[in-house]
Amino acid sequence: MSILWILLILFVGGVVAWISEAINKQLPRWLALSSVILAMLPLVSLMDGGDDISSAWLSSLNTAWIPSLGIQFSLAVDGLSLLLIGLTGFLGIISIASAWEEINSRVGFFYFNLLWTLAGVVGVFTAVDLFLFFFFWEVMLIPMYFIIAIWGHENRKYAATKFFLFTQATGMLLLMSLLGLAYFNWKATGVLSFAYEDLLAVDLAGDVERWLMLGFFVAFATKLPSVPFHSWLPDAHSQAPTAGSVLLAGVLLKTGAYGLIRFTLPLFPNASSEFTPVALTLAVISILYCAKLALAQTDLKRLIAYTSVSHMGFVLLGIYAWNLIGLQGAVMTMLAHGLSAAALFSLAGGLQGRLHTRDLRKMGGFWLASPKMAVTAMFFSIAALGMPGLGNFVGEFLSLLGVFSVSVSAAAIAALGMILAAVYSLWVMQAVFQGESTATSGLQDLNRREMLAYGAMMFGLLVMGFFPNLFLVFSDSAISGLLSLDQLVAVAKGRW
Amino acid sequence: MDVLQKTESLSTALDWASLKLLLPHGIIAAVIVLLMLAIAIKRNHFSATLISTAGLISASVVASIQLVSQLLAANDAADRIFVTPLFAVDSMSVFFVSLLCFSALAIAISAYAYFSRAQEAKEEFQLLLLLATLGAITLASANHFASVIIGLEMLSMALYGMIAYRIHMTNGGAASLEGAIKYLVLSAVATATMLFGTALIYAESGTLVMNELSSGTASPILIAGFVMLIAGVAFKLSLVPFQLWTPDVYQGGPLPAVAFLATLGKVAVVAFLIRLLLISGLLTVYAMWQLIALVAVASIIIGNLLALRQTNLKRLLAFSSVAHMGYLLVAILSSSLSTDSFAAALLYITVYSLLSLGAFSCISMVSSSEAEVDELANFAGLFWRDPWLAAAMSLMMFGLAGIPLTAGFIAKFKVFFVGVSAAEWGLLIALIVGSVIGLFYYLRVIFTMLMQSDSEELLAELIPLRIVDLDSTGLVIVIAATSVAVLLLGVYPEPVLQLMDRVATGF
Repeated sequence: MSILWILLILFVGGVVAWISEAINKQLPRWLALSSVILAMLPLVSLMDGGDDISSAWLSSLNTAWIPSLGIQFSLAVDGLSLLLIGLTGFLGIISIASAWEEINSRVGFFYFNLLWTLAGVVGVFTAVDLFLFFFFWEVMLIPMYFIIAIWGHENRKYAATKFFLFTQATGMLLLMSLLGLAYFNWKATGVLSFAYEDLLAVDLAGDVERWLMLGFFVAFATKLPSVPFHSWLPDAHSQAPTAGSVLLAGVLLKTGAYGLIRFTLPLFPNASSEFTPVALTLAVISILYCAKLALAQTDLKRLIAYTSVSHMGFVLLGIYAWNLIGLQGAVMTMLAHGLSAAALFSLAGGLQGRLHTRDLRKMGGFWLASPKMAVTAMFFSIAALGMPGLGNFVGEFLSLLGVFSVSVSAAAIAALGMILAAVYSLWVMQAVFQGESTATSGLQDLNRREMLAYGAMMFGLLVMGFFPNLFLVFSDSAISGLLSLDQLVAVAKGRW
Repeated sequence: MDVLQKTESLSTALDWASLKLLLPHGIIAAVIVLLMLAIAIKRNHFSATLISTAGLISASVVASIQLVSQLLAANDAADRIFVTPLFAVDSMSVFFVSLLCFSALAIAISAYAYFSRAQEAKEEFQLLLLLATLGAITLASANHFASVIIGLEMLSMALYGMIAYRIHMTNGGAASLEGAIKYLVLSAVATATMLFGTALIYAESGTLVMNELSSGTASPILIAGFVMLIAGVAFKLSLVPFQLWTPDVYQGGPLPAVAFLATLGKVAVVAFLIRLLLISGLLTVYAMWQLIALVAVASIIIGNLLALRQTNLKRLLAFSSVAHMGYLLVAILSSSLSTDSFAAALLYITVYSLLSLGAFSCISMVSSSEAEVDELANFAGLFWRDPWLAAAMSLMMFGLAGIPLTAGFIAKFKVFFVGVSAAEWGLLIALIVGSVIGLFYYLRVIFTMLMQSDSEELLAELIPLRIVDLDSTGLVIVIAATSVAVLLLGVYPEPVLQLMDRVATGF
């Protein structure tokens, strides 16, 4: 039941925040903040064991929804979902904090969209009926579309439409694939069902499995994103308001990786393990190519967006390593990148709010005017480039280690990405905070609210860096279950 | 279903028990006479609307009661009663009659607000609307080519008048006339084609009664007859390559007439098409299947592509209707109208007419017969000036685009589902490509409404909002009801899905 509470609080909180605008302009902010905090409370009870002892899930809920199509309203949480919901809640609070002063028009509607995006994401992380999953997958897009389209920057129409079209078009492929899956299950068993556990048991012919897997893969790889489906991301990120970028980079991208781990691999084990070489190649290309693209950017947000794609390449790499270390690395990278990318986008948004530009060529020498901001930026840049002691290092290191046992060449080439990461991270620091001081009028240093938000994220990254096991224990059981398919792992190894 | 099972004996004798089954038709016919007399006695827009809505409400209620009793009585065996050879009353016809009556009711109510500021005669619009409705429900329950042609012509004739209704207005009268003439000429050609097709079918099979038809002996003449019939139907549904009239007629006609054309005009013809295809077993003839599939794919792609660059909302909806009829054909073509795909088609046409009604009602809310507001640019910033109206309009656009939380998603999902079950991958790819292109222009409408309306060029084009007063209360209720229905169907579609299944199995 506790999962339902999370969803309900977010959905209802959104509506209440919207309505409350009529009473007081400040009210939506506080209501949104308190509903996210309130929604995260049930998580605490789930952390020590959960309320459902009978199954592999920590907690689950299952009621009939559309019985004539075999669709159930069923939600379930395991360790992996728990971690990601936690990340969603945390970044939800961060994004509310970053919107606090930036969003001043239509405040109520903004927080409505923000909370509904969060609710959609939580739904994606918990749905175990494939129809319901698809439903949430689409539902989280609409409020995000509104966030970009209404509060975005100069080129928002283009960016919002591109974002929506990319995810929708590949969402259609996902829909077709999951219908195909349900259909073959129906033909085999005579029962029409979209339930995850029923569909896991479907035995598919090789060709069919390959095509259906491809539908899932393309949809998730677009969201992740991975080359060649990444081109929506730089536009969406650079045009979205800060809170939108934070949510996109921190949470929405993770739904793609979650989909791969939860659905693509277990539902289509044979086809996925055959696909390993392609996926690893795409991952390596994403890492290097987007790091290279990042170097060529003059728009700060676009630059961070490309680095996101590059870092998500490590997630893809870890997932297709087919071993515990690699997958744990993917999960860790998801969490750590969630925090560091969110922080960097907030900083970029903060700079834009102060200077009204994202153009790196108009920046420089800000260290003197705003030392706190400079130190904060330094911290997160170093985190992003993979300094030991911070979460990103653990994640990327584990991913590379996992892949190394499968494919030495993929690991070796991907590791070059970490050098490029150092280059662009430090280059940004130099371009913005060092060098000749430019006009800095209006550049105020971080205020207390901002310091609090960045402090929390720094703390998170440090904990992840020093005590990764605190997090990895949660995802361990979920991933071990996935890897119980030993023979497949062996197959995947042999392929590269 | 086997064709032979459908040759049941006809009871030609007219008795009260079977005539009672045509009560909705009788009610509307009586109200037409009543309304004509009322107008002759004293012109009053309000009472004219009152009479026609009262008639439509009672017809809808009677049809719904018939539907319920039909479904409760129906078991798996087809439960069909013939009222003279002209009409068949079965689960499908009763379903369509009630759908048509409810849609007509919504249009009659919104027409009142639309014409409330007109200076000239406006009462006859309700009269024409009732006539067209009678034609539509006749077509939906027709079992004989004579009643098909009568129904179709009654529908079309009344529509000519409705489309030309703004002819005396200084602003847009010419466009109204242009639309009506185009529709008149082309529609007459389509009817002539259908008549010729019917003649060919009669020459070959010797019968005009639909349930005695069979394409089992697929002689060339019979097939030619069917092709001509289908061509006529394709014209009425504005399927490619017969879609050319659609944008001009949509743009020129007054909003309630266009809404009628887009909903009842299509639903009734779809009812006829489904009956024809189911009874004749035409889709089992592979060449026919291919031909219709080609029409479906072309409609989806071309309709969506043409809608892409439209700046006029009515033209945009016109082209989008071309695409939607293509989606509907995908459902019909999948597994050649098995029970499941039949149910999917019923759901799709129901949801489509619901969404169209909603969209046209939203446009009516800012328009009147004196000044139609249908340019997309006029809607800029509507979200900030009238959030409720813009929200309703966005809901309809999301629905037409097939986004979850709306009925449109469920309908499209069901079409996808039967498509996948029948493994029609080619049709499905067309459906996906079409949906993605479609998304682009539906989003453009929504984005336009989201634009901040402070730039000067936009302010110049701002539209006066209609104040919610006595005149527009009915229209507001229609918009609210369609919006709630679209949301409800999107979140909890189970009852409606079951209804469609029952109707399909009961046929």
